[in-house]
Amino acid sequence: MSVLVPGFGVFFWMTIIFILVVFILGKFAWPPILKGLKEREDSIKESLEAAKDARDQMKQMQAENEKLLQEAKEERDAILAEARKIKDKIIDEARMKALQEADSIVESAREQINNEKRAALIEMKNLVADYSIQIAEKVLKEELKEKQRQHDYVEKLIEETNLN
Amino acid sequence: MARQNLVNKSVVLLIIFFLSLSMPVFAAPQHAKQESEFEKEQKEAEQEGFELGKLIIEHITDSYEYHIFQIGEHHFTVSLPVILYDQGHWVTFWSSEFHHHHGEYKGYYIAEKGNNQGKIVRKNAEGVEVRPRLDISITRTVGTLMLNSLMVIFIFLWVAKTYRRRKEMAPKGFQSFMEPLIVFIRDDVAKASIGKDHYERFTPFLLTLFFFIFFNNLLGIIPFFPWSVGVTANTAITGVMALAVFIITTVNGNKHYWTDIFNTPGVPWWLKFPIPLMPIVEVMGLFIKPIVLMIRLFANMIAGHTAIMGFVALIFIFAKFSVGLGYGVSVVSVMFSIFLDMLEVLVALIQAYVFTILSALYFGMAVEKPHH
Repeated sequence: MSVLVPGFGVFFWMTIIFILVVFILGKFAWPPILKGLKEREDSIKESLEAAKDARDQMKQMQAENEKLLQEAKEERDAILAEARKIKDKIIDEARMKALQEADSIVESAREQINNEKRAALIEMKNLVADYSIQIAEKVLKEELKEKQRQHDYVEKLIEETNLN
Repeated sequence: MARQNLVNKSVVLLIIFFLSLSMPVFAAPQHAKQESEFEKEQKEAEQEGFELGKLIIEHITDSYEYHIFQIGEHHFTVSLPVILYDQGHWVTFWSSEFHHHHGEYKGYYIAEKGNNQGKIVRKNAEGVEVRPRLDISITRTVGTLMLNSLMVIFIFLWVAKTYRRRKEMAPKGFQSFMEPLIVFIRDDVAKASIGKDHYERFTPFLLTLFFFIFFNNLLGIIPFFPWSVGVTANTAITGVMALAVFIITTVNGNKHYWTDIFNTPGVPWWLKFPIPLMPIVEVMGLFIKPIVLMIRLFANMIAGHTAIMGFVALIFIFAKFSVGLGYGVSVVSVMFSIFLDMLEVLVALIQAYVFTILSALYFGMAVEKPHH
């Protein structure tokens, strides 16, 4: 039975000690511990949320980047296509112009040649005419050296003229 | 309950073992020696058994000194201060004045038998042993309690310092050992039992309660000075804690709590009037709850200590019959003692948890809001 009955001395000291322990721990140990725990839990929670936000943002940014890239690509393609078109056009135009120029050069050359040819022909004609007259003159001079022959010839010419 | 079963089972096993082992040993002296001689031996053994019983009781009851060990007639003890208030003045002296139960100081001595056995008494005018008016001596329970409490305070101030220094960092060292327990008490005991509106008010007390009991339970398992005494295996110790729980519950009781007690809803009116049966039962329950808290912890702790002491004592009882038997039994006794020590570690944690969660539940009842 003596084991069961609480002793007054122990009861007395336990009351003092227990109150002291509860007070000291309640004042100096548990508040910083619980505060520290809470702060850490909050900070972990916040960090996790921030990480999630960052991840979401990153995802969004990535999507945006991809979109931008796609757009840039399209624009590039468009620019390239247009450039190609312009290039072709320029080349075509240049070719056309060159052709036209060449044509016109050839044309003018031909004209010049024709003119020169015509001039040459006229000159030749004149020359031939001159030479012919000279020759004819000389021939006539030779032929009509003798009076008979001149007379014959005139007669022949008259005859011919009468016949016509 | 499970624990009781285990202890019972081990006792049965032990008895079977002893029966198989001891039969030939018992039989041998019966043939060799005369009947009377054997009876004498048995009586001696009984005497020894009784002595060992007394020894066990001495180990689990309080004492005015630490008895460390004994060689022959030489006792190695650490004496403690005796503080008495009697006949109008204080009397203080060291317990070494008693010379291990054989001395006296100013008429005060330790009673050998009777109701006050083991306690300081004096003879009054009629020659009857009486207790001094007040006895607040630092007994070994109080001494160990002071030491353990200092340890608990020191450990948690240290842990608190770590928390202050390592803000928002991962726990380290002793802090990481305590943190799961602290978080467990806060979340799964306080928050779960009291509810998230009020638990913060009670958490520091519950934490103190849990770690105070847990450390005292654990340290009580150590069989050496100065822990050879189980502090929590004492009704005064558990009683103070139960009383604290009772006072906090009562002070914090809201209108809903007292209505539940004095005018329990959902009960037929004839249980309340003319004889207030339900209120009587409820009011009794008010006091029974802390008393049960006190008894449960005390009984669990003392049972463990007693069982281990018993197993150790068995070695000496059987060694009286024969030295060989003593050695044989020692193997089993040591094995069972180790097993019980393991169990004690588990019980130390479980009982601290049970005390704390029940306290939390009582606080929870006191501050619970009516739910309709």
